Amino acid sequence: MNTLIKVKDIDVSFGSKGHENTTVLEDINLEIKTGEFLAILGPSGSGKSTLLRIIAGLIPASKGKVTYLGKDIQGVNPGVAMVFQSFALFPWLTVLENVLVGLEFKKLSKAEKNEKALKVIDIVGLDGFENAYPKELSGGMRQRVGIGRALVSDPDVLLMDEPFSALDVLTAENLRRDLLELWLDKKISTKSIILVTHGIEEAVYMADRAVILSSGPAKVVEDIAIDIPRWRDKKDADFTALVDKIYSLMTKKEIKRSEDTVYQPKPITILPRVSAGALTGFLELLEDQNERTDLYKLADRLVMDIEDFFPIIELASLLDFAKVVEGDIELTPEGIEFATATVLERKELFKKQLLKNVSFMTQMINVLQSKSNKHMNIEFFEALIARTHGDALAKTQIQLLVSWGRYSELFGYDEAKKLVYLESEE
Amino acid sequence: MAFFSITIPKYRLKWVDAIVLIFVFAILYSVLNLGASMNVPFSLEEQSRIELDPLMLPYYAGRSLLRMFIAFGASLIFTLFYGYIAAKSQTAETLLIPLLDMLQSIPVLGFLSATIVAFIALFPGSLLGIELASIFAIFTGQAWNMTFSFYNSLKMIPKDLQEASNVLRMNWWQRFLKLELPFSMISLVWNSMMSFGGGWFFLAASEAISVLGQDIRLPGVGSYLATAIEAGEMQAIAYSIVTMILMIVLVDQLFWRPLVVWSQKFKMELTESVDVPTSFVHNILYRSALISMLMRVLVTPLCNVIDRLLDRMALVTEKAARDFQRVSTSLYITKLIKVFLAVIILWFMYEPVYEAFMLVSTMDNSNLAEITRLGLYTLGRVMIAVLLGALWTVPVGVWIGLNPRLAKVLQPIIQIAASFPANMMFPFITILFLKYHVNFEWGSIFLMMLGTQWYILFNVIAGTMSIPNDLHEAGAIFKLQGWQKWKTLILPSIFPYLITGIITASGGAWNASIVSEIVNWHDEQLVATGIGSFISHVTDQGDWGGIIWGITVMCVFVVLINRFLWRRLYKMAETKYHLE
Repeated sequence: MNTLIKVKDIDVSFGSKGHENTTVLEDINLEIKTGEFLAILGPSGSGKSTLLRIIAGLIPASKGKVTYLGKDIQGVNPGVAMVFQSFALFPWLTVLENVLVGLEFKKLSKAEKNEKALKVIDIVGLDGFENAYPKELSGGMRQRVGIGRALVSDPDVLLMDEPFSALDVLTAENLRRDLLELWLDKKISTKSIILVTHGIEEAVYMADRAVILSSGPAKVVEDIAIDIPRWRDKKDADFTALVDKIYSLMTKKEIKRSEDTVYQPKPITILPRVSAGALTGFLELLEDQNERTDLYKLADRLVMDIEDFFPIIELASLLDFAKVVEGDIELTPEGIEFATATVLERKELFKKQLLKNVSFMTQMINVLQSKSNKHMNIEFFEALIARTHGDALAKTQIQLLVSWGRYSELFGYDEAKKLVYLESEE
Repeated sequence: MAFFSITIPKYRLKWVDAIVLIFVFAILYSVLNLGASMNVPFSLEEQSRIELDPLMLPYYAGRSLLRMFIAFGASLIFTLFYGYIAAKSQTAETLLIPLLDMLQSIPVLGFLSATIVAFIALFPGSLLGIELASIFAIFTGQAWNMTFSFYNSLKMIPKDLQEASNVLRMNWWQRFLKLELPFSMISLVWNSMMSFGGGWFFLAASEAISVLGQDIRLPGVGSYLATAIEAGEMQAIAYSIVTMILMIVLVDQLFWRPLVVWSQKFKMELTESVDVPTSFVHNILYRSALISMLMRVLVTPLCNVIDRLLDRMALVTEKAARDFQRVSTSLYITKLIKVFLAVIILWFMYEPVYEAFMLVSTMDNSNLAEITRLGLYTLGRVMIAVLLGALWTVPVGVWIGLNPRLAKVLQPIIQIAASFPANMMFPFITILFLKYHVNFEWGSIFLMMLGTQWYILFNVIAGTMSIPNDLHEAGAIFKLQGWQKWKTLILPSIFPYLITGIITASGGAWNASIVSEIVNWHDEQLVATGIGSFISHVTDQGDWGGIIWGITVMCVFVVLINRFLWRRLYKMAETKYHLE
C-alpha cells in the first residue's frame, strides 16, 4: 500500500489582531494509504473539519505541511474532491450541471464530460433526475448529487465532511449503505476516503481506521484500527464493545482537560456552552437513575448527539456535581443535593459551585466589588478573555457567564448599557 | 424584504473617512474648476426647440427612455466592476466602501449644473456634452445603491459554496459566472428596478436646466414639460404627465417584471416557495418559438464565445498571478505598487485640495455664515417633511399592511407613485399656491414631501406585513387594544422599517430641495429661503464661489445628519427592535 496523503506536524492557530493566537490543531500527523477508509472522530469544536480543510488545501496550516504523492501541496490539493455537510450545491444549476461543474477544470471535450457525468449520476442512483433542480430533490438525493459531483473527477481521495449529519436517520442509514457498497464493490475509482464525523457508531460501521481527536487544541489521542468483518452488525458484541471503548476514550480526554485547569489557574478555562436549565434537567435525570450509569447508554437513552451531550457532562464535572470514571458517570454529594433541592436552593448551590470551580467568575465578582459604584462595562471582561482566546470565542463565553451570573443572582446585567453590576445588598 | 431601502454599511467612523471626504471634495472641486475655467458662453445654435405638439411626444419619450437605459447600462457596468473589486481586494475595500457611502449620501442634483458645465467643456459646441451630463445625473442617482447591493451579495456568499468552488478548482471567471453572479442576481435585479424607478426623478430634473443664464433643453419628456410650464399650457402639461406614467408602467411590465420573474430561479432557498411573482410578458417570451430560436441561433452561441474567451483569459491571468507570486518576493513588490498608487493619488489630489483651501481662506466670513443659515432652513424643511410624511404614512401603512389583500392590490400602485417624478407635479401645486397665496416658505415642504413620503409608506407596509402571526395572536389573547397594541406590538415591530424609510426619504428630500425651493409658473416665480434655492440661484447666475460653497455646506449637513442622527437610530432599531 502506498501513501497517498501525508499530514506532517500540522499546527493551526487563528489569531486576531492584538491578541494571542488560539491554537486549534496541534502537532497532527497522519498518513492515508491506498485502499483505506479513514474516519476522523472528535467532539464538537475539536477542529476535525479544520483538519479536513487543511488536507483539502482550503486553508493553510500555521506550521507543518501536507503532501500528496510525496509532493507538498500548494493551494487546493490536486488529488482530492470533497462532499459537504450542507451539500453545497448550486441551486441555480440542474443535477447534471452541478455534476458537470466537477469536471470544469478537466481538459475534456463537451461530449466526454457529458458522458462521464451521466455515468456518475447513474452510479449514485439519480438516473432520471438529470434535469431536476436541487430544490426539487429530497435531502438524501441532494447529498447524492454532492457525492456525484465529487466522484465525477475521479479523485484519488474523497473527503467527506459530516456528509450524513444533515439528513434524517433513515435517509442517512440508506445513503451510508449505498456509499459503502460503491466503495466495497470498487464501483468507483476513488482510492481512499476520509470521513469526518462525530458519530462514533457511524465511524465504526463504515471505516477501516479511526483517528480520535481531543478538543481545544486538538491532538491525535488514539489511532484505532477497525477490523470487524464487513458487513458489520451494529448489535454485534465486538461492534458495541468498540463503540463503548471509543466513547470512554473521548470522555476521558474531555474530563481530564477540565481537571488540570484546577492546578494551573493562569489561562482562562473555556467553559462548555450549556445553560443552567439544561444542566439542571440532566442532573435530575441522573438522580432518577440512582446509579452509576454507562455514558454511551445514557446518551442513547436521551437520544442526544455527542455534540450536545459532552458539554453537559463537562459542565457537570467542572462544577463538581458529577464525576466520570471509565466511561461511567455518577453524581457527587453536591450533585445529589442539587438534584433534590428547591428552585431557590438550587440557585444558591449553583452559585457556590461556580465560585469554587470557575476562577474567572470569582475574578469578575472581585473586580465588581473593588469598584465604588459596583458596576463594570462588560467589554472589559470580554477583552480579558479575547486576549487569550480571540474575539469570537470571548463573545460567546461572556454570554454564557452573564447567563449563569444572572441565573445564580451573582450579578445583574444591563444589555442596553452593556454593564454588569452587583445587586445592592439590602 | 424592505422596499426602497438604502444600504447602511456597518462600520465605525475611521480615519479613512477623512481621507475619503477630502478625496471626494478634491474630485468635485476639480470638476467645478474645469467648468469654471471655461467662461466662453455656450454656442448652442443647433439646440432644437421643444415643440408642444403632442405628436412629438412619442419621439421625446423615446429620447428620455434611451437616456434612462444608457444610464442604467452604465450603472450596471460600474456596479459589477466596483462591487467586485471592493469585495475582492481588502486594500481597495477600506477605501472604496466609505467612498461609496459618502457618494450615496451626497445630494446629486446639487452637482448637476457643475457637471453639465464640465461635460460641455469636454464636448464644446455640441449637445453631446449636455446629453452626457443628463445621463450622468441619472447614473449618479442609480449606481451607488446597486453597487452596495452587489458588494453585499458578494460578501454574503455562503462559505460552503465558496469552499466547494475552491475544491472544484474554478478560476475567477467560472466562479463569477457559476457562483457570484447567480448568487447576487435576485438582489441585483431588485435593486436595479428600484434604482431605475428613482432615476425618473433625475431624468425629469436634468433634461431642462438653466446654467449660467442659459436655458438648456434636451429633447425629452422632462423638457417638454418645462416648455409647457413656461408657456403656461395646461393641456401640454397633462400630456407630458400621461406620457410619463405610461412610460413607467410599460417599462415596469415589459422589462422589470419579466426580469424579476426570471431572477427567481437564482433563489438560494432549497424549498419551493408558494408566493412566486408572475409576469404575463415573461410567460409570453418564455413560450415564444421566435424567442427560443433567437436564443438558440444568436444569443447562446454569442454567450459561448464570450464565455470561452473570458475563461481562457482567466486561466492566463491566474497563471500569471501564480508565476508572479513565485518569482517575486511578492509582498515587497505589491507593497511597492500600493505605495506608488497612493503617491499618484496624493499627487493628483494635492492641487485641487490646495486651491480649495485657498478659496476657504479668501471666503468672506459673513457670507459663509449666511450660507450655513440657509442650510439650517433647508434642514428644518427636510425634517418637517420627513416627520409629516411619517405622521400620515404610519397609520395608513399599518392599515394597509394588516389587510394582505389590500396590500397586494395597492403595492404596485404605490410603487408607480414612488417612481413617478414628483417634480412633474410641481406646476399644479404651484398654481394652487399662487391662487391661494400660500406662504411658499412652508409650501415648499409640501413639494418635498410629494416625492419622498412613498418611501416611508412602502417600508411601513412591509414592516407591518412582516409581523409574525403568533405575535398578533398573543396580542389578541392578552386583549391588547388601541394605544396599548400600538405601543407594545405595532410600533416596535415596524420601527426598523420606519427608520429605513425615513433615512431614504430624507436623502430624497435633500435632493428635492434643489428643485422644490424654487418653482416657476409662466413668468411667476416662487422662492423659499434655503440652501436649495440658493444653489439653483447661483447656478443660474454662474457664481462659482457660491456654487462651491452651497454644495459644500449642503454635503456637510447631509453627512453630519447621516452620521450622527440616522445611523444611530438605525443601529438602535437593529439591535433593540430586531425581530428574528
